[in-house]
Amino acid sequence: MEETLKTTCLHDSHVALGAQMSPFGGFDMPIQYRGIIDEHNAVRHSCGMFDVSHMGEIVITGPQAEEFTGMIFTNDIRNIPSGKILYGMMLYPDGGTVDDLLVYKFSAEKWFLVVNASNIDKDYEWISRHADGYDVNVENYSDFFGEIALQGPDSEKTAREVLGFALEDLQFYTFTQLVPDFDRNERIIVSRTGYTGEDGFEFYGSYAIIREIWQKLLDAGVMPCGLGCRDTLRFEVGLPLYGHELSEEISPVMAGLGAFVKTDKPDFIGKDAILAQKSGGVSRKLVGIELADKAVPRAGYPVEADGTQVGTVTTGYNSISTGKSVCMALVDKEYSAQGTEVGVRIRKKVFPGTVCRKRFYDKNYRK
Amino acid sequence: MAKVEEGLYYSTTHEWVKVEGEEALVGISDYAQHALGNIVYVDMPDEDDEIARDEEFGAVESVKAASDLVAPVSGTVLQTNTVLDDTPGLLNSDPYGSWILRVRLSDKSELDALMDAAAYSRFCESL
Repeated sequence: MEETLKTTCLHDSHVALGAQMSPFGGFDMPIQYRGIIDEHNAVRHSCGMFDVSHMGEIVITGPQAEEFTGMIFTNDIRNIPSGKILYGMMLYPDGGTVDDLLVYKFSAEKWFLVVNASNIDKDYEWISRHADGYDVNVENYSDFFGEIALQGPDSEKTAREVLGFALEDLQFYTFTQLVPDFDRNERIIVSRTGYTGEDGFEFYGSYAIIREIWQKLLDAGVMPCGLGCRDTLRFEVGLPLYGHELSEEISPVMAGLGAFVKTDKPDFIGKDAILAQKSGGVSRKLVGIELADKAVPRAGYPVEADGTQVGTVTTGYNSISTGKSVCMALVDKEYSAQGTEVGVRIRKKVFPGTVCRKRFYDKNYRK
Repeated sequence: MAKVEEGLYYSTTHEWVKVEGEEALVGISDYAQHALGNIVYVDMPDEDDEIARDEEFGAVESVKAASDLVAPVSGTVLQTNTVLDDTPGLLNSDPYGSWILRVRLSDKSELDALMDAAAYSRFCESL
């Protein structure tokens, strides 16, 4: 049965550019244009741009918006200033992950949530259901906003020169709203965020203005980058992807992301389970594994030790930035210590490897 | 438009065969390398291994995916192209100049089942 795929507001441009298209999160998305390696290197060393309009935007407003958002979100949003962004998760009561997301504070009464494309409907339903009894409004704006991520060390300069955006004072994980000089009709949201481990920005606006921004960047020679390198970039710096490193079965504690779950704040959904995991430990942990050979460990491949399966690869690549074959894997905790010798079964052979930190390349944020 | 080199035999799984007497070189076509994208690893058999027509004998790994190599002919592996260990991207930049295996053919009549350049061009256009 063929599923009907959604398209983003930039779909025509991807097709015109000859992008290789593929389904992702219910959308027909560009995987690559020129090639994953060129696009990856552009982001690491200069800059590149991504259509991330498939991401979902859910807005919570009302007198109890802060209290309610704090109930469904693991990070501590109390006492943060307007304009601040926090990363965290929504959890099931058993500690499994509903989704990981960014929360933008407009004011105590207005919060903007950016969620994964594949989870938009599930998240909106989850949030709406739990809003019962709170004086809040939950609205799904995912079909209103387009989004572009401009990523890489030259992003700030490019935004200034091509778009006229002065963003040098915008701090990491904060956002602002601005009216572009080239189109005075609306305000866009600009945040210093991304999913590549590099400095960069994300722009949210109507389809019309997102198309304008995309075209201006394209005309200026900024390299369009597909989801292929978005994945290699986020992977190298150890950022999780929902469905791989986080899921209904994988809690933030198992994924090594316990720092984003603030158990010292008042009640939130999943708190008891996380407290138990933090004190009692978890049976499986997410680790990095570096292979001696260049064969590529990929999601789903078994991790073996002592002749038996002790885990499963969640994401793996031959790292474009380092040339090493590395992966993240969820393994039994007995095998999770750095330096542990394990193997990854790739086709018929088991390739030897060593457990290591799951950041294979250092982040280069401008903080 | 994928390039097809004259004088080679081609399989429907996009391997090419270049016959040199009783031996042959085996590689992947321009169509294949383009479909795969940036190639980062080639998993090759060992020398003296037997490969059998239509059976998997290794894999080519691009950034995104692994793709089986399927033997277009049967034979004994005489040599593997170890240059590809360090520079697998040669399969992208020069697919017809970059062989993967040298084999001793065990049954030259198997070549009759493969396509020539003209037939393979038509085949690629039909995909």
